Amino acid sequence: MARFVARGSLRLDAVVPAELNAEGLRVLADDVPPVPYGTPVSTAYPDGSFVRRLLELPQVAGALHSLVGPEPWVDHHFVHTREPHGGDAQALHGDAVIDVRPDAFDVQLMYYPQAVTLEMGGTLSVPGSHLRRTNESDTGRYQNLRGQDRLVCPAGTVVFLHHGLWHGGRRNDSDTLRYMFKIRFNPTVRQQRLWDTSDLHDPQVDAELDAMFPWYEGATGRLERYNRILLWRELTGDDGYDLDHWVTRATNRPKETAK
Amino acid sequence: MTTSSTRQQVLVLYLSDSALDSHVVGWSRYDGTGRTSPTTGDSDEPPYETGVAALRDGWRLFQAAQLIPPYPGHEYDVSFLKHEFFFERIVT
Repeated sequence: MARFVARGSLRLDAVVPAELNAEGLRVLADDVPPVPYGTPVSTAYPDGSFVRRLLELPQVAGALHSLVGPEPWVDHHFVHTREPHGGDAQALHGDAVIDVRPDAFDVQLMYYPQAVTLEMGGTLSVPGSHLRRTNESDTGRYQNLRGQDRLVCPAGTVVFLHHGLWHGGRRNDSDTLRYMFKIRFNPTVRQQRLWDTSDLHDPQVDAELDAMFPWYEGATGRLERYNRILLWRELTGDDGYDLDHWVTRATNRPKETAK
Repeated sequence: MTTSSTRQQVLVLYLSDSALDSHVVGWSRYDGTGRTSPTTGDSDEPPYETGVAALRDGWRLFQAAQLIPPYPGHEYDVSFLKHEFFFERIVT
């Protein structure tokens, strides 16, 4: 979870078995009918349906529960396709309207039923961009950032993105039609300690939250950590958590008068 | 349709701080000649290590981002990249 708070994404390689991927390609080719915004998962995808079985895979279900908890709403879903040698790259963007919730977040599941090569133009995402207060495609001017993630993955990969993460579909320069299925989930419970917190005080947690990314400017990189600390406090309920005294010193307002 | 035989190429560099010799953290290119089609996510390595390196290679700087203090109450907000530098190169 600490890595998700720092990076804004969680990648599960090849967690969907081959037979389900083969079925998935057929399902996605026929499109998945839309559901109304805010439909509970169990209503949106009936028992036994392809999407329901995808979401019930243990690693997928576990990650979803850890991030947004039980019975999230399906905000919306969409089958993204990139024609062979066709289409332009999407501009770098965040989904929906600007969303500045400091104590909650949606996640976007992205499922890749086939192996994605660099040439196929998989999803571009920018690690650590999710806490930036930018609106949709206003970031379209940025073509490349140091440390960007140009997704190359095996078939059956599922990636979860924080709703604010900058991302975009890259241009497909291959001979292969590329599919990606996206579902956005809204939490229906407070997102606090929804995951296995038995290692909450492991030093690796601090190391993950302290991560810097190569595209950060020097000054703003410090603010990124400041904001992560605030989000981590929300997720853990630990109001005293800090890294290198960043938040503590900047909020220190002693009330005691010196004797 | 212009009859001019020269065209503008534009390079945008995003730098680590407001100094032109700080290192590149992001980049974009636009080609008025139509010979290349730069686009989102097309390269992982920047064309130059610093803004000054682009000057040395013949690019002409024509715009740098203003330094604007944070609005009161928004000192900890993070948003767009702040240190944006536009360069041009005129080619035939």
